[in-house]
Amino acid sequence: MTNPIADIEGANFILALGTNTTETHPVIATKIKQAVRAGGILAVVDPRQTELARLAHYHLALKPGTDIALLNGLANVILTEDLYNKDFVAERTEGFAAWKETVLKYPPEVVAGITGIAADTIREVARGYARSANATILYTMGITQHICGTDNVLAIANLAMLCGHIGKPYSGVNPLRGQNNVQGACDMGGLPNVLTGYQPVADPDVRAKFAAAWGVTSLPEQPGLTVGEMMEGAAAGKLRAMYIMGENPVLSDPDSTHVVHALEKLDFLVVQDIFLTETARLADVVLPAASFAEKDGTFTNTERRVQRVRKAIEPVGEAKPDWQIICLVATAMGYPMQYGSPAEIMAEIARLTPSYGGISYQRLEQGSLVWPCPSPDHPGTPRLHVGKFARGLGKFHPVEYVPPAELPDEEYPFILNTGRRYFHYHTGTMTLRTGALEEYYAQEHLEINPADARTLGITDGDRVRVISRRGQVEVTARVVDTVPPGVVFTSFHFPEVAINRLTNTARDPVAKIPELKVCAVRVEKIA
Amino acid sequence: MANVTLTINGQQVTVPAGSTILQAAEKLNIFIPTLCYEPILTRPASCRICVVEVKGSKNLVPACAALARDGMVVETDTPEVIEARRTIIDLLLANHPMDCLTCGRNGDCRLQDYAFMYGVRESSFSGEKHNYPLEDDNPFYIRDMNKCILCGKCVRVCAEIQGNSVIDFTYRGFNTKIAAFMDVPMSQSECVFCGNCVAYCPTGALQEKYLRSHARTWEVQKVTTVCPYCGTGCTLDLNVKNGKVVGVTSTDGEVNGKALCVKGRFGFGFIHHPDRLQQPLIKKDGRLVESTWDEAIQLIATRLGEVKAQYGADAIGFLTSARCTNEENYLLSKLARAVIGTNNIDHCARL
Amino acid sequence: METLMDKCCDKCQHSPTTPCRDYVRCRKNGPICHQDENCSRLRQELLARVYMKPEAGMKYILICSGTGCISSGSPSLVKAFEEELAKNNLQGQVAIRITGCHGFCEQGPIVIIEPEKVFYRRVARDDAAEIVSMHLVQGQLVERLLYVDPVTGQAAKTYEDIPFYAHQQRLVLQKCGHTCPEDIQDYIAHDGYLALTKALFEMTPQQVVDEVKTSGLRGRGGAGFPTGVKWQGALNAKADKKYVICNADEGDPGAFMDRSVLEGDPHAVLEGMIICGYATGSDEGYIYVRAEYPLAIHRLKIAIAQAEQYGLLGENILNSGFNFRIKIKAGAGAFVCGEGTALMQSIEGNRGMPRYKVGRSTEKGLWDKPTTLNNVETFANVPLIIRHGGSWFASIGTEKSTGTKIFSITGKVNNTGLVEVPMGVTMRQIIFDVGGGIRDGRAFKALQIGGPSGGCLREEHLDIPVEYDSLIPLGAMMGSGGLVIMDDTTCMVDVARFFLNFTQAESCGKCTPCREGTKRMLEILNRICEGHGVPEDIEVLEKLSKVIINTSLCGLGQSAPNPVLTTLRYFRDEYEAHIYHKRCPASVCQALLVYTINQEKCTGCGACARACPAGAITGEKKQPHTIDLEKCIKCGSCLTRCKFDAVVKQ
Repeated sequence: MTNPIADIEGANFILALGTNTTETHPVIATKIKQAVRAGGILAVVDPRQTELARLAHYHLALKPGTDIALLNGLANVILTEDLYNKDFVAERTEGFAAWKETVLKYPPEVVAGITGIAADTIREVARGYARSANATILYTMGITQHICGTDNVLAIANLAMLCGHIGKPYSGVNPLRGQNNVQGACDMGGLPNVLTGYQPVADPDVRAKFAAAWGVTSLPEQPGLTVGEMMEGAAAGKLRAMYIMGENPVLSDPDSTHVVHALEKLDFLVVQDIFLTETARLADVVLPAASFAEKDGTFTNTERRVQRVRKAIEPVGEAKPDWQIICLVATAMGYPMQYGSPAEIMAEIARLTPSYGGISYQRLEQGSLVWPCPSPDHPGTPRLHVGKFARGLGKFHPVEYVPPAELPDEEYPFILNTGRRYFHYHTGTMTLRTGALEEYYAQEHLEINPADARTLGITDGDRVRVISRRGQVEVTARVVDTVPPGVVFTSFHFPEVAINRLTNTARDPVAKIPELKVCAVRVEKIA
Repeated sequence: MANVTLTINGQQVTVPAGSTILQAAEKLNIFIPTLCYEPILTRPASCRICVVEVKGSKNLVPACAALARDGMVVETDTPEVIEARRTIIDLLLANHPMDCLTCGRNGDCRLQDYAFMYGVRESSFSGEKHNYPLEDDNPFYIRDMNKCILCGKCVRVCAEIQGNSVIDFTYRGFNTKIAAFMDVPMSQSECVFCGNCVAYCPTGALQEKYLRSHARTWEVQKVTTVCPYCGTGCTLDLNVKNGKVVGVTSTDGEVNGKALCVKGRFGFGFIHHPDRLQQPLIKKDGRLVESTWDEAIQLIATRLGEVKAQYGADAIGFLTSARCTNEENYLLSKLARAVIGTNNIDHCARL
Repeated sequence: METLMDKCCDKCQHSPTTPCRDYVRCRKNGPICHQDENCSRLRQELLARVYMKPEAGMKYILICSGTGCISSGSPSLVKAFEEELAKNNLQGQVAIRITGCHGFCEQGPIVIIEPEKVFYRRVARDDAAEIVSMHLVQGQLVERLLYVDPVTGQAAKTYEDIPFYAHQQRLVLQKCGHTCPEDIQDYIAHDGYLALTKALFEMTPQQVVDEVKTSGLRGRGGAGFPTGVKWQGALNAKADKKYVICNADEGDPGAFMDRSVLEGDPHAVLEGMIICGYATGSDEGYIYVRAEYPLAIHRLKIAIAQAEQYGLLGENILNSGFNFRIKIKAGAGAFVCGEGTALMQSIEGNRGMPRYKVGRSTEKGLWDKPTTLNNVETFANVPLIIRHGGSWFASIGTEKSTGTKIFSITGKVNNTGLVEVPMGVTMRQIIFDVGGGIRDGRAFKALQIGGPSGGCLREEHLDIPVEYDSLIPLGAMMGSGGLVIMDDTTCMVDVARFFLNFTQAESCGKCTPCREGTKRMLEILNRICEGHGVPEDIEVLEKLSKVIINTSLCGLGQSAPNPVLTTLRYFRDEYEAHIYHKRCPASVCQALLVYTINQEKCTGCGACARACPAGAITGEKKQPHTIDLEKCIKCGSCLTRCKFDAVVKQ
């Protein structure tokens, strides 16, 4: 996020794209509701009529995967009606002229044809966004989990720069990250191409710094494989061993059948987790990890806020905190790795990571810190891009609409859209074992529009089979008009409805994000 | 902003214009009891326990909502004020089940505190008491409307913080009751069980179902930490009794204040779930069997070493975790890069 | 010209979209913009039709169509009279017109024949033929339908002869019962909207406010706040939006002043509101009226539509540049919604519960915007004040309570209904001159003034002039004008219980003292009435009353104990009789009654024993009977059945 969560409350206009915030980020959603309560305008872009969409002044129920057309359309209106922030564009950005050419190809009427949203609605929302003193954009996986996910994000950035709605309070571009420490995992170099703080592995100086600090002669230079590529590599026999800590790709990754096949093919698989997940069952060695309640550490939330996690109880059984387990493995492999506490690890991180340079447990006891926080006396940076972009001038990237990789056809006439439920989380590993959440929300459903249900002879509560080119699941149908005709929706929380057996592995070429939000399926009633 | 100066119990105090009498009194460390007042919510001034005497005012004045004015003379504990407060407590107790001994909120109850403070041992009125059925048909919290003092905090929390307005005052007079639309149980309402109302309830009317039936207030130790679910980063308190997490309560989080969602507040049960892995497992003859740490770690070191030796470091891949701490992610990266020597590390941020 | 909207000639341009500032005056005394005999004649002919001008030789049958008379059958009279007029070929000479309420509802349906002012009461459908043939054809009064004074036995030929009316000063109610509330033309013909015209074109907003201040008008809803001061506050407030609200949530049991005005003269209220909007700088008004007043709502809707159609409401009223819209908000009938802040909550879509006010509504009211809230009667006074001047108004009534006040008299008086009297008359005048004294020749015991949270006064207070400030020290208040008269068969503890039962049931439940405190007071009163009172009860009632008054959030709670406190103050002996002697002096509280049989009067007929459902009466035939007090359930059957007055209730 470019801005703190608290800034949402002060926005006069909120454009929420592909985010089912009330279910996936309930507490952030309260800020949106408070903004609306205070008179703010809310526009929600989502094929489904989510709770947030019902709350919105504008619900733009676009055809799945047409976000770029819509975003370019909004920019088109702002440009042609001369509503853009000329000072900001002139002083803070570059590439405007080239980008403008592209955007001019997306007048509202053309965009209406692609997205299914009325041209006048596009105009009204564009005007509302452009004219508001403070306008913020929120988005989540509905934007990123597409083959054009990177371009979607660029199109959002373009729009924000066009209106100068970035680098100031209550405005900005704010991806809402879906997991407690997904931000931190990225910050810590849990990516194949960067070390901590996004320092590229390709940079020899960076490698030299880390090699010295870590006491090794050199570090690998070539960026590694992404998760999807690892699965492909495993299936192809190129990747021979995997070490999986706290992940459940069998349920969370697209085309699970393929994932299982790949993992089974490995020579050696280690899984370190708190439960015997669907992935752990395939492992050669399973290591019992401590839960969040059983260890000290830090999480970095979606607004880049580093906060202390505190140990409340001893690990259950013989479980150990992940950090201790890693130390054991490293040491056993001939690399003595020993830390007295996570605080010591953080000290090392801070030494090696400019954006975390000023973060220490001592300071965190006084309150959280938002990175970039380069030095011990730096207060942290809740708002990014104030006065200046990280790269200097903000660059307009021309982006064009491309349709999703797999579109409905006669054989697979529906678009399958997936996401989360309010009462559950990710692959259900935790929320299906709480004694409460799974009791209240015990069974998954496939949401289907009444018109489609009628055509297929499906009534509410019927068991149906959902089939894609890659796999199938059985699930109970729920006939609701919150999904548009031609789209069905369900979550990936429930192992018995392992919907990722169906999803497509087609990936964004840059970020390598799979297109989990759109694939073609057919639905059959189980007699 | 302009300041105003007033006198409370003979002491002068200067506060910014727009401050309430209560805020001015707080500045002087003068205690005024409150039940319906909550700083971040609107002020209904409805419980009337905070009344004080203001010179020149016909009636007593609610300190929580009345603005401090220049030259105001306030008395917070005259006999008339004490009498009013005692009467209000007396009236509330008259319609309250006196089952503090077994109430889950025993020791964490404003009404109890004030009854103690003002020496109201029991109600002097003997009349009708409500006898609503206990609502405990959801797994998250119980609603005992017999213990409700109608401070309305839950109504305001639901509207002003959660933004859902699922509950409101219903009926009239003595029969006034907080209820969902058509007075259906919460399980049949639009309630999302965030439990934020529970966090603000001053009495036992709303209680966390598991926590308040498994631990007394004074038995738990609270540990402030961060929620393990979505990326919002809400701060919460784990309530620990005898080495076990028995519940979650709100604390004043930097991101979330006291707000949490159903998962953060009521989704802690996985911690002690019997399915938790408690020992290392090693696959033998296609079955995962329990082993020792030494055996498991040695096996990993050996096998990874072999793969590396045979196929090279890049034949090994690591998935790190968006659920683990920064320190752990950092160490796994270090393990992959420094120990094994590969950049094959990723996680499900892309998912 | 068929209607007042028709043009006399092409020179007239008035319409809602092309408004003319002289429209109202022009129709009354026009044409103004040009001289034309023909145009002038057209107006006079039209007005003669609209307005009852005796010289035109027309006669009018005025049929009351207030809620009271409608429920006693007046709608059927319209058709009956139409048929009779047709039979007698009188359509051209006699016109039928429905009117609003006369205030004398117990005599309904009321029919008045104008211009001779004859007042026929309790007119049935079948009486139409006689009234037409006898009165309108032959010129003779239908004596049997005239009002007969119960005191003197005299029949009243005209309504002016009826004491109920003769002692009133009807200013606000002037047109009620005499003009058609569903026809704006009737209102305009009777000088309606002249005040608005005057305000818009001859006065600045400040001058309007000053005129209201000069008049001394005080809020008729109960609190008596000076209206001009309130308007000044709203005028002074700086805001992009201001509201005017008319409080028509009349909730006092038995009170129907506001309903009568809305039903009988809705344009007076609209005109008052529009003037208020002009004076305070507001362009939007709400009328908050209870949904239980369907007729009032119906007539208000007609009136608003007509005022818009005539260009007297809406954009650029009479080409003054002033805009004003009025919306109706129907309330669900909660008593507490008569309280200003609860009313505003209700308009905003929330549950109608009072909110704690920091500052005045004229600074932060509806949707936090400056809001002028007055009740129906207050607004209805405004056109009079603007037309006749504040000084004229101030000359009526007393120094601190000017003008008139409408009261709704109910209870044990001969004439119940709505009465409008100058401020400062005594209770005695209202009860005995206007109200005709106590029914059935019984003795006056108490009066209750100010609605359910008013106070109960007794004989010694009858000569105190009725005004805002004189009642407060007595523990009572003017309220909106509810007046309940009680005779010696009334138990004052029971009365206090009745009113407290009402306020407890209508408490919004928000604040503790009102919600819980009135409940406990009610329980104590119930106990006392049931014979279980204890000596401490009086002290507890007084203590609780004090705390409730002192700490309640809104006026409802702050005044709820008044009936208890005033009865304790003026009729304490009755409480003591209940508590110490387990007796109800007025023989009302059933649990305390003792039924006995006078052995000397009893003939032993056995009727009482046969009537007794509890089998409590025994006795030999022809011998005096006795009642077993253990078995007696105090139903009173024996008393009604005994022909010899032998059963005694004590």
